[in-house]
Amino acid sequence: MKKVTITINGESHTQEVEPRLLLVHFIRENLELTGTHIGCDTSHCGACTILLNDKSIKSCTMFAVQADGAEITTIEGLVTNGNLHPLQEGFKEEHGLQCGFCTPGMIMRSIDLLNHHPNPSEEEIRWGISSNLCRCTGYNNIVKAIQYAAKKMKEETTVEAAAN
Amino acid sequence: MIPASFDYHCPSTLQEAFALAQEYGENAKYLSGGHSLIPMMKLRLASPEHIIDIGRIDGLSYIKEEDGLLKIGALTTEADLEFSPLLQEKYPIITDAVKLIGDPSVRNKATLGGNLAHGDAANDHPAVMLALRAKIIAQGPNGSRSIDIDEFFQGFYTTELTQEEILTEIQIPAAGSGSGSAYHKIERKVGDYAASGVAVNISLANGVCQEIGIGLTNVNPQPLRASRSEDALRGKEVTDELIQEAAKMAGEDCKPTADLRGSVDYKRSITKELTKRMLNLAIERAKA
Ligand SMILES: Cc1cc2nc3c(=O)[nH]c(=O)nc-3n(C[C@H](O)[C@H](O)[C@H](O)COP(=O)(O)OP(=O)(O)OC[C@H]3O[C@@H](n4cnc5c(N)ncnc54)[C@H](O)[C@@H]3O)c2cc1C
Ligand code: FES
Ligand code: FES
Repeated sequence: MKKVTITINGESHTQEVEPRLLLVHFIRENLELTGTHIGCDTSHCGACTILLNDKSIKSCTMFAVQADGAEITTIEGLVTNGNLHPLQEGFKEEHGLQCGFCTPGMIMRSIDLLNHHPNPSEEEIRWGISSNLCRCTGYNNIVKAIQYAAKKMKEETTVEAAAN
Repeated sequence: MIPASFDYHCPSTLQEAFALAQEYGENAKYLSGGHSLIPMMKLRLASPEHIIDIGRIDGLSYIKEEDGLLKIGALTTEADLEFSPLLQEKYPIITDAVKLIGDPSVRNKATLGGNLAHGDAANDHPAVMLALRAKIIAQGPNGSRSIDIDEFFQGFYTTELTQEEILTEIQIPAAGSGSGSAYHKIERKVGDYAASGVAVNISLANGVCQEIGIGLTNVNPQPLRASRSEDALRGKEVTDELIQEAAKMAGEDCKPTADLRGSVDYKRSITKELTKRMLNLAIERAKA
């Protein structure tokens, strides 16, 4: 067993874990944060995507021990003061989900995408979410949801800049 | 899928890592980004008893030009390569390849050192490094050595590295004026390995080919240099006919196997076509 300390959604957790414990199982089973899903379990579908030190990674392809000392954000950490994150709002407004299974991973991936491309073209969005599979929507509304969020986040930064 | 149990070691220096590798020998494996090793462990195609995580050793992640060389640290991630302005501007062959490796989340974790050390002919960096005539810097308990890329790949998942050695740096002759490079692979979908991939690095003076490197992905049991195509071009004035001829040789000289990605004939034919296209693109870039 190995002792790890991992900060998830701003809260620090210290636990003894087996080295072979995958990060996704640590998140879902040890911490009971079941918003992060397991789809393929073979590094392809992106349902298990989380942010590790602000970068999107597939938590089914990493051991929890590798995340010792890291800061992780999962879908549960996105709401602030009861307000949805612009991406969550975008997926809701633009019907970016049907069954919703891919949605948490899709949103976590999109945060990283918008960090790199605050004004993404449609092509940048489509390549940017190529790590995540959706079996329901056909992606068109997911693209719209991300465009919605990009616009909203830009407005928010303009308002903040004006206020300062 | 749950891998077999193992002991986890997390050295903070190379010396500590070598000591662990010496202690556990055959039963140990180094871990970098984990994006080749962990899937294999989950499928139990690999069940090392000891994992030595070298991912936290400081000072192994960088991209810099120094002493006429481009030097890249082994732990540099694919995403670091993808967003490097230096590589985008002067070494487009690397950015071309990186954008087609895995997907954006895979690229946040996978490392260049791991991609080469894995010794997989399906990986994209081996062909790129053949084209660029890279040298591999390996460090071990007995010091450091430089391995020519042509000596590095020894066969199916096998490299020149010993059990204890760590690949620490990749060195590439700095791109000079008149040089151009390009890479492309045919993949069925994002994240797939190549049906075939071709890497070209060329330097020209007055339309005459001075230096040429051509590497092929996944059409041979190990990463392949298209030597006959290179010899046909070197020292010659590059014409459309010569490009056709060199491309034809690449298609003939590779040894693909038939699989879900296509038949042998199909793979030879796309290798030929890709070689032609990458030669043209590299030449266009060399002239720009
Ligand atoms: C979904 C998916 C799609 C992918 N698609 C592609 C693709 O299209 N093209 C492509 O090229 N690759 C692809 N990959 C592979 C990916 O690029 C791997 O991450 C890479 O091949 C290995 O790098 P790593 O840092 O993850 O190495 P690890 O998995 O940590 O290690 C791989 C092997 O190399 C050894 N090793 C690692 N680093 C060193 C070192 N510095 N010194 C000595 N030995 C070392 C390890 O012991 C192990 O045997 C894909 C992976 C996934 C999961
Ligand atoms: S569950 Fe991790 S990529 Fe599919
Ligand atoms: S909404 Fe069902 S998988 Fe994407």
